[in-house]
Amino acid sequence: MQIDLRTVTIKPLRQTFDHIARYLGTDKPVSRYLEGSLGIQPKDVFHYRPTWDPEHEIFDVRRTKIRMKDWDALKDPRQFYYGAYTSARARQQDTAEANFDFVESRGLVETLPEDVRQAAVALLVPLRHVAWGANMNNAAVCAYAYGGMTAQAAIYQSMDQLGIAQYLTRIGLLLGDVESLAAGKQAWTNDPVWQPLRRYVEDSFVVKDPFELHTVQNLVLDGLLYPLVYDTIIDQIFAARGGAAIAMLTQFMTQWSAETRKWVDATMKAIVAESEENRTVVQDWVDAWLPRAKEALLPVAAIAVSEQAPALLDEVMEGFAQRLAKIGLSA
Amino acid sequence: MDMQVAKKKLGLKEKYQVMTRDLDWTPTYQKMEDIYPYVQYEGIKIHDWDRWEDPFRLTMDAYWKYQAEKEKKLYAIIDAYAQNNGHLNVTDARYINTVKLFLTGVSPLEYMAHRGFAHVGRAFPGPGPRVACLMQSLDEMRHFQTQVHAISNYNKYYNGFHDFRKWHDRVWYLSVPKSFFDDAITAGPFEFIVAIGFSFEYVLTNLLFVPFVSGAAYNGDMGTMAYGFSAQSDEARHMTLGLEVIKFILEQDPANLPIVQRWIDKWTWRGYRVLTLVAMMMDYMLPKRTMSWKEAWEIYFEENGGALFRDLARYGIRMPKCAETIAFEKDHLSHQAWCTFYNYTAATAFHTWLPNEDEMQWLSAKYPDSFDKYYRPRFDFWREQAAKGNRFYNTTLPMLCQTCQVPLFFTEPGDPTKICYRETDYKGMKYHFCSDHCKEIFEHEPEKYVQAWLPVHQIYQGNCFPEGTDPTAEGFDPLKAVLQWYNIIHGRDNLDFEGSEDQRNFAAWRAQATRNV
Repeated sequence: MQIDLRTVTIKPLRQTFDHIARYLGTDKPVSRYLEGSLGIQPKDVFHYRPTWDPEHEIFDVRRTKIRMKDWDALKDPRQFYYGAYTSARARQQDTAEANFDFVESRGLVETLPEDVRQAAVALLVPLRHVAWGANMNNAAVCAYAYGGMTAQAAIYQSMDQLGIAQYLTRIGLLLGDVESLAAGKQAWTNDPVWQPLRRYVEDSFVVKDPFELHTVQNLVLDGLLYPLVYDTIIDQIFAARGGAAIAMLTQFMTQWSAETRKWVDATMKAIVAESEENRTVVQDWVDAWLPRAKEALLPVAAIAVSEQAPALLDEVMEGFAQRLAKIGLSA
Repeated sequence: MDMQVAKKKLGLKEKYQVMTRDLDWTPTYQKMEDIYPYVQYEGIKIHDWDRWEDPFRLTMDAYWKYQAEKEKKLYAIIDAYAQNNGHLNVTDARYINTVKLFLTGVSPLEYMAHRGFAHVGRAFPGPGPRVACLMQSLDEMRHFQTQVHAISNYNKYYNGFHDFRKWHDRVWYLSVPKSFFDDAITAGPFEFIVAIGFSFEYVLTNLLFVPFVSGAAYNGDMGTMAYGFSAQSDEARHMTLGLEVIKFILEQDPANLPIVQRWIDKWTWRGYRVLTLVAMMMDYMLPKRTMSWKEAWEIYFEENGGALFRDLARYGIRMPKCAETIAFEKDHLSHQAWCTFYNYTAATAFHTWLPNEDEMQWLSAKYPDSFDKYYRPRFDFWREQAAKGNRFYNTTLPMLCQTCQVPLFFTEPGDPTKICYRETDYKGMKYHFCSDHCKEIFEHEPEKYVQAWLPVHQIYQGNCFPEGTDPTAEGFDPLKAVLQWYNIIHGRDNLDFEGSEDQRNFAAWRAQATRNV
């Protein structure tokens, strides 16, 4: 039986704001994502040039080599506005908390084979610095990229990476202790194994073009790092060696990387599809940074899987090449 | 039997340190000045970023959890408010004009704060302030979006909201808040955070955010009240960040003091000039008043701010220089502003009206030294004229202050009958100001302020007409052309509240909702 509840109905004068109706070509109600994201960045009438960058306006398309007719085309397929974003992360955080509790309360760390525990500490603890670098880089993308769509997703990405750095810190404290964090940082700054990766990260800090930075960090480095470390080494190899508990602790990263990849791919695809010039620019960036990322990750993988590392990395590269091909790029 | 070695337990502070600043390292493959190119040129000296005291300790997992809960509650209220036509419960449809002022004048600043805090967060080499700034960048996105989402429902039923994004960039009085924030974001990172984090968020927020939200609460606007209250705990974090920044910079080097003092002087004044719009909102636009502008200034600035500046005296900081001027203006500011808007309401995206007799009595009581003497006679005169069919709309464009961009309507300190004009010459051009303070700000950085996009100049230069407009054509109506370029719909968004579509619709809808007609 249908219950017909009645409310007073009054006819609206319009359905949405004009800048949105103009963009869509029609006045209709839109999702909260679009309403809070389309056309939100000022495009003209800037009063002063930045004293820190007098060559450019506050928001300026000339900060990047990429050219877009419509910067709002770089939409986020996850449709993350702030509310949707925090709600998604709060759920994942709940799961992560339950996983940490499960591992701790059942003393699963003590059941880990010692070599697996040591390898996990040696591999994961220095990665907190990599995530910290990604936090910085995405802050730069947020600050300097043209267009509200990209800037918004970049601040979410930035704070996600801070969250990941903090999960990795907790993992370090759980699998080791405060000294493990210090040892990890020592390895990150001094151990030859980590230096190519640290150089990659530090070199990315001076990249000025925000879309190059998006490519260098979110597409190339994370595109190899997450499948290699979390999907392959932890979820498969460590799990097979009695380290399934570690996979529980890194579940956030695994899910997060699968999810954020949708945003990265959608934006890169739209950029590349826009013009042959854009494709060439992005391809040049990939050509310059991909071999470096691969080279930097090889000794890192070897920490956990020694001589298996090259084969594993090739496998990851193969998957990444397929991903690039879908975007319209080549490895 | 296995021996469990007891792990060293971390205290809360230590734990937060390993979760944030310990993530940082000293780079060696690139030079610090290349990674952080923007921290030197303002002359602020920081010797030890580690001396930064975290003003709050919130890791990301806790952040997501708390914020998601707040969002869930907030959107439930926003949805219910929309579904029940909550807008019909506000005291009086005139109230809705304050929400228009908020969406067009304030919400776009939240967006700019989002980008600005990302920029300074990235620019600071210190990991402590970086984390706090980036978290604020994320919060500001929240404030912008919750405001847009909450006010979206008003836009469906009332005029004066529909093109807020464009208006904020183009419309003359909105260039006041816009240029304020453009000024901050184009300054160096230290000045930005003193301007926004300290002067605005800490010193002046009670005079901006609070009047709007309290006004909403007093006038039955649950939607606005909900996002205002929900933002409060974020604002508390932002305020502690603003205060910590000042203390940190001042403790680092004595040479920082004169620079910081000049910024505090400048930004208190810049912020105060933006608050002109809030002052008139409080005294004229809220049907149910919360308190007068003058009372708000006395409580929140003179008392609370006074205590703050006494506390900062140990660093050598003194009260902003402009406090004396502001103390004089507090009897006049809101009246002079409302009179101006009443004159220029043909070119505004909200309605104006004359205060009724009850309201004038309230104004007399709140402003015993100024209202009856200087302002009541004007309203009486205008009311008389309007009754005779002579409602006067001023169509001559006013001179704007080169710095704050407010029309020159403020009066001389000490003489409320004489408009205050100041001017200066720079590279063969004459520049005009509303006050000594704005003139001084200009003279310290003329290269910056000569760039200002002054709406009136731009109109006279022909830059504010729709493409293809021929200003030499016979019968050319410049105001009409400017309104078209603004996309302010003449007769719907502008002019008097009395007789407006908003007034008619509200009355009809309220009748439909409360009576059997």
